[in-house]
Amino acid sequence: MFSAEQGCWFIRKVICWRAAASIAWAVLLLPPSTAIFVILSKFSVLHPIQTISVIPTIACSKIALFGQLLHPRQLVNSLVHCIMGMIVAWCSAVTIGFRYETLGHPCAQTDGYHQMCLNEYHLILLLGGAFVGFSHSLLGVIHNMNYVSFHTVQQYKYLRFKGCLPLVVKCSATQALYSVRNFIVVYYFLGYIPRTWICKTLNLHLGSSAHPLDSIAGLLDLSLLYHLWISATFLLFTWYITLLLFRIFLTEGYSFPVQSSFTEDADHCLPKVLTEKQPMILKFLALQDLALLSQHSPLRRCEVFSLSQPGGHPHNWNAISKECLSLLADLTQRLVAYHDTVATNGRAKSLSSGSERKTSSETSGTEDFMSPRPTALMKTPASVFTRSIAGGQQSPLTAPFTPDLDSPFMSPALRRLAAPVEQGSPWYGTVQSPHIMRRVPKLWSTSTDSQVNGSSPPSPASVPSDKQEPSKPSFLAQFLQNRREQVKNFLAKRVLIVYLFNKLPEASSQALFADSQAHIWALEGLSYLVQASFSEDQFGVVQTTLPSILSCMLVLQEAVDRHFKLPHASSKPVRSTSSMGDSTYKTLRFALRATLKTAIYRITTTFGDHLNAVQLSAEHRKRLQQFLEYKE
Amino acid sequence: KEMYQSLDFSPPSLSFPRESLKLHSRTENSSKAAFLDHSETLWMRSAAAWRDGGLTGLLNEITNSHPEVPKWLSMSSGCILALLQWVSSFHGSLFPHLTLSSEDMIAEFSQVLNWSDCVVRAFAWHPHTDKFAVALLDDSIKIYNPKSATTPTLKHRLQRNVAVVQWKPLCASALAVGCQNCLLVWHVDPCSLSTRPSAGCAHVLSHPGHAPVTSIAWSPSGSLLVSASPMDTAMMVWDVAAESCVPLQRVGGGGVTFLSWSPDGSHVLASTPSALFRVWETRMWTCERWPCIKGRCQSGCWSPDGSRLLFTVQDEAVIYSLTFTNTPGPHAAVVVADLSETTFSTPDGDIIVGGEIQSLAWDPRGERLAVLLKGDPRAADRSPIIAVFKTRVSPIFELLPCGFVQGEPGAEPRLMQFHPNFRHGALLTVCWSSGRITHVPFYFLSASIPRLGLSGSPTLPHVQERPADFANQSLFTEFIS
Repeated sequence: MFSAEQGCWFIRKVICWRAAASIAWAVLLLPPSTAIFVILSKFSVLHPIQTISVIPTIACSKIALFGQLLHPRQLVNSLVHCIMGMIVAWCSAVTIGFRYETLGHPCAQTDGYHQMCLNEYHLILLLGGAFVGFSHSLLGVIHNMNYVSFHTVQQYKYLRFKGCLPLVVKCSATQALYSVRNFIVVYYFLGYIPRTWICKTLNLHLGSSAHPLDSIAGLLDLSLLYHLWISATFLLFTWYITLLLFRIFLTEGYSFPVQSSFTEDADHCLPKVLTEKQPMILKFLALQDLALLSQHSPLRRCEVFSLSQPGGHPHNWNAISKECLSLLADLTQRLVAYHDTVATNGRAKSLSSGSERKTSSETSGTEDFMSPRPTALMKTPASVFTRSIAGGQQSPLTAPFTPDLDSPFMSPALRRLAAPVEQGSPWYGTVQSPHIMRRVPKLWSTSTDSQVNGSSPPSPASVPSDKQEPSKPSFLAQFLQNRREQVKNFLAKRVLIVYLFNKLPEASSQALFADSQAHIWALEGLSYLVQASFSEDQFGVVQTTLPSILSCMLVLQEAVDRHFKLPHASSKPVRSTSSMGDSTYKTLRFALRATLKTAIYRITTTFGDHLNAVQLSAEHRKRLQQFLEYKE
Repeated sequence: KEMYQSLDFSPPSLSFPRESLKLHSRTENSSKAAFLDHSETLWMRSAAAWRDGGLTGLLNEITNSHPEVPKWLSMSSGCILALLQWVSSFHGSLFPHLTLSSEDMIAEFSQVLNWSDCVVRAFAWHPHTDKFAVALLDDSIKIYNPKSATTPTLKHRLQRNVAVVQWKPLCASALAVGCQNCLLVWHVDPCSLSTRPSAGCAHVLSHPGHAPVTSIAWSPSGSLLVSASPMDTAMMVWDVAAESCVPLQRVGGGGVTFLSWSPDGSHVLASTPSALFRVWETRMWTCERWPCIKGRCQSGCWSPDGSRLLFTVQDEAVIYSLTFTNTPGPHAAVVVADLSETTFSTPDGDIIVGGEIQSLAWDPRGERLAVLLKGDPRAADRSPIIAVFKTRVSPIFELLPCGFVQGEPGAEPRLMQFHPNFRHGALLTVCWSSGRITHVPFYFLSASIPRLGLSGSPTLPHVQERPADFANQSLFTEFIS
């Protein structure tokens, strides 16, 4: 038996110490737990800035699209959408009240006991919300909902919002209708699974009074359908409004100063910002500002044409024109590379059909699948804010078009093309010439990667004859080679595989021009500045760069013309007006072509016959003459 | 009296006799009535009606197929239909033009005088070269180029009742066509020898509810196209290559009838069927609202520098002027010319000229203004006529009567346009009711760009000095941002 004193002693001597120790430990553990919290809170899966992009992600085949849908980030995204949909559905269920209000309700059983029964109306509303959220996140990927396009027309934010509001209402109502229809079908067949699970875990009973809702009679309840639809519409409307506002605020024009009198602000000036690679959105906004200033504000144009105060160098104009020209040259290079790949493939096909008619007839129809074009997802920068565009030798802007070199369906021809060519190699400098490319037949069977390194430069004579295997490989290697070939042929014949790996028509063309909004602004900015320079450029700053601008545009024009001669490149996509997903990226290549022509005409119309004094190559002069005579 | 002289540049003077055109007697929208379709089930017919005619079509179909549907359904759909018609008639009483058929609507709001009876329905010079496009009564468009032997003829299934054509600036090939159901953009390759470009050369631009298109305007920089329809309160700004459009909607007016983009690209005039017009600035696309006192704004044109707008109002025989400067604040429109009826004595006898104005055209240098006067169809001696004024924009605006343009006996002017870059002065192209297209040159030394080596302008037959009535009527503006 303990007396009171004894108890006091125990508390004072033991318990206090223990309490103090526990508090001390808790304090000691606080920093690590805070650190973990900070890390976790910084790990933002759903950060809108990371998911929203000014360059669309274009899947070039069905498998790439599935890859996007099953990406872990996308899975998390879908899960969060489901949960949010459920929360909003719960809120709307509570708001509607009436029979939807709670998950359980007391019901009298036959033996007189009061039990809690499951309220299936509440459950179906919650599940409906989750389903709509899930389908919304899937549609977001398919329709490129995270792509932000810039408007062709500048408008104040309020007016833009007002103009888009009817579309948002219409879209959310129609999409809610379709989602609810699909949900009802799913619930009709699979509705018993969540119902029994909920009943089991929450120890609820199925009410015996009403129809179960996964029957035809239960689902034909008009008021239930109406409430499902209206809550789905509400859910989608809130999401679309958020998206719309985000797009409007993000794409609002920003006026960068052309030059600053303070050195600390130099980083914020247009010539400096234009050359930045880091956040893509910054570059886009800078280019947009360039296009606007070149068109609308004579004062800022004047600053572009001005000379630096000590020294008298046109730094502003030089930086701006250099950046624009490098953007355009980059696109030209990309187009030429793409065209060469396609041209090689076409030639290889005709060769193989001549010599090995029997084998090619077996695999005909799968040529597309076997083609050395990249069948994997064209990697476009996933996020403007995180991915850098350029770096090192390989220009970042070509990155979206760099094929996946590790893809098993990749031909060595493309690998060689894509690999950086070394200086000593005979391929150096000529790698884009279609003549050499054409000599290499279809290279499925000859995976001699040595050519890539250029360590053993092949003699031109040996190249056309490499069907007879210039150096005899070992028997084992050949056996493996044949096996691999057979497996590929086997796979190529399966309908599903072909369906998954077949290229979507014109998707590669879309991917090629995915970031062309930047090029459009560069073209507009350059051409308006050159036009204005005719009367505003006091020091003749633009004169020095005029030849390079003209030749750059003409070369690009030639490349674009060639590209549009390819199949699928000039086929117009179907316009979808009633969708929140922005589909302007599908027509960017047409916009680029039109802008390019207009830009050249703008210069030729302004300068007229004075252009004869500009130093140009004979070929370009001929081309320019066509523009001067309005024959393009 | 026709002042036509030929010089080194002689554009073809064409004639399209009405008899030469193969006119189709197309009354129905489709050939559906020629086929028996009564074997289809009600569901099929309803679906087709929904597709073709929307909600009204569906309701009509249900109401009319009496024996097959339950009585309550046909009754209720009939009631809904009646309600819809009542609502639309109420809407129509607010804006009477909405009750017109699309053909009548184009005729009502077109810049062409008496459009429905016109052989040449639209005309457009190319902004940089000497070629031009002519839209004819049989819905075809012909392109004439003095440097080329081929004259391409453009025909398209959707190209019906062409109201307006315009070439894209800074482009050799693109021609926009506004017609009854949609907007078409043709790409006519100037080097092609084909006389019938395929329908694949045309891009169809359409937006629900945006038809008929009565007016279009390209931006002078060639990047944007705006289109207007009296049925649609929104004006569409198209990015043609991307096939995307931005509707610019404002309350009031009940539609947009006529558009004109200022040559410097800074403003767009948009008139409505009501006594109201708007002037949009093209940088942030905000508009100024200009209520008129009397009728709607019928026509308008811009000075070459885009600083001055001349416009006319329906049922008034005066020309108003508005100036656009950078200073904000309320401006007022000023009357610059009074064209009410006046009698002139000529060797052939007295003629009465004046009255309501159909359209205005200002030459690209801002030195000649042509005014197409409607005349009075009931009076035989008051046929339509073109009055020409000498104008000067800077340093102060001047407008002096210069002369008249009349055609052969019996031919009335219907449509006129100035050549965009005639080197010796101004060249006015006139399309006549007889189907002829003639070119009327005005030779003068430009005040702004002095040219040597040209003799003075030929004397004009009717030069009557007439003091213009500078009445102090003014219009007021409200600013809407």
